[in-house]
Amino acid sequence: MNIVVCVKQVPDTATERKLRPEDKTLDRDAADGVLNELDEYAVEEALRLKEAHGGEVTVLTMGPQKATETIRKALAMGADKAVHLVDDALHGSDTLSTSYALAKVLGTTGFDLVILGSESTDARTGVLAAMLAERLGVPQLTLARKVEVNGSSITIERLTDYGYDKVEGTLPAVVSVVEKINTPRYPSFKGIMAAKKKPVQTLSIADAGIDAGQVGLGAAWSEVAEFAVAPPRAAGTIVTDEGDGGVKAAEFLASKKFI
Amino acid sequence: MSEILVLVEHVDGEVKKVTLELLTLARSLGSPSAVWAGPGYTPEAKARLAEYGAEKIYVADAEEITGYVVAPKAELLAKLVGEAAPGAVLIAATPEGKEVAGRLAIKTDSGVITDAVGVGEGFVAEQSIFGGGVNVKSRVTKGTPIIAVRPNSTAPEPAPAAGAEVQVTVELSDAARGAKIVERVKQEKGARPELTEAAIVVAGGRGVGSAENFALIERLADSLGAAVGASRAATDAQWYPHQFQIGQTGKTVSPQLYIAVGISGAIQHRAGMQTAKTIMAINKDPEAPIFELADFGVVGDLFKVVPQLVDEIEKRK
Repeated sequence: MNIVVCVKQVPDTATERKLRPEDKTLDRDAADGVLNELDEYAVEEALRLKEAHGGEVTVLTMGPQKATETIRKALAMGADKAVHLVDDALHGSDTLSTSYALAKVLGTTGFDLVILGSESTDARTGVLAAMLAERLGVPQLTLARKVEVNGSSITIERLTDYGYDKVEGTLPAVVSVVEKINTPRYPSFKGIMAAKKKPVQTLSIADAGIDAGQVGLGAAWSEVAEFAVAPPRAAGTIVTDEGDGGVKAAEFLASKKFI
Repeated sequence: MSEILVLVEHVDGEVKKVTLELLTLARSLGSPSAVWAGPGYTPEAKARLAEYGAEKIYVADAEEITGYVVAPKAELLAKLVGEAAPGAVLIAATPEGKEVAGRLAIKTDSGVITDAVGVGEGFVAEQSIFGGGVNVKSRVTKGTPIIAVRPNSTAPEPAPAAGAEVQVTVELSDAARGAKIVERVKQEKGARPELTEAAIVVAGGRGVGSAENFALIERLADSLGAAVGASRAATDAQWYPHQFQIGQTGKTVSPQLYIAVGISGAIQHRAGMQTAKTIMAINKDPEAPIFELADFGVVGDLFKVVPQLVDEIEKRK
């Protein structure tokens, strides 16, 4: 089975994240770049499926040069090889552009299964898997908390508000996973060493047949008009419980008309 | 006034609160038209949508529209966007709603904005990003603005309108039938409001200490008619089911009141609740970062503070 896992390098959520004033895009230099946490679950699920059914796991990312650091983590976990789409023309791409560009690359790599984390911790749009399924014209099996492949058929449990849906489709397909699906493995020392020797193919937009007019900030279907750092919340009232903490809390709730 | 399409969220024929919020918001932008997708449409549903301002209700009640994952809803909306040329499409920013919005954006070659907390003149959407650290105003520059709006962003207000029904049929593509829903499994829900829709959320974290102790969190929630949530520490420890996890990798809530009990307030958790209007925290650690966010905080033992709070709430009822 040819499995492609789409991963993203994101700013570490533990560091301060910023937009760049000059073009209102994410400031990737302001914070440490890490592998999007939800993508670790996608990599893990791909490795499990490979272990059960054979095949190959390819990591695909679109991002600046330094995203290579992130690819190495997925390779150290056990992925076989990587494709890195990197081109200055991609800077500022929105979700429509990103899905277009990734679909183009997937058209050249081929795939039985594309797996993604359900969203990135920076943009948090949660639309990319659905957009890829739409662009590729293949079944969308998203928000999966369980994935099973049997020959050419695939079944997932899709997380819903009321529980889950059992969903069936056939390969090729696009899957996104939620964090409860598995526990991502830690890269072993051996894995980290092996990752340094694994092939990483670098593609420009020309290599992937991507139309420059469909990507980048200038082509985006939406724009950030303005942004501002949120004013800090006004300092609240903090009391120490001296036997009447619950009463004071109730008084606060009553003052705000919650009770 | 341009037409504003609002995709109706419904479960078993019951219109969800977020749809009433979107209809209320749509009235400030144009003439609201509700779009009903799938079976379950009833006179009660119609009355509810009209009561909250739907001038028109497009009804596509074929079984197959909800029989497959997301794609049929996007095809239905794309058809209506083509025919009605609306000013904008509003969809609830639930995980599924965002997926519908994403597919619709591609089908109609339109821009999409997700997780809006407000929409103003010119369809300028407000967003709160990076766990509430930055406020953004953005707009769609190509096609029909498709905006996924977070639940609890607008207070629903009735404003009766005609609710004129328009039956819609849609011929689904083979691609839309690719992922078939073969079974819906409903898990314990009980009488509590749904987490992402609730006006009040009471959440427990590491400090709660055990699954049994979550009964205390539930008691507090029930005394306020609130939903119960949990931090990742609590769900990872299996003290409370995963579907109630709030945070970066769990659900995002934006209630009127959020009560964090025994939750330190790691950035991961804050990302999922920081846009709550009022925040109360109960934690024995005075250094817990949650107190930086709290409008009211009690430094103390939750096993003493919470029962007293519940008693006091019951007394005042």
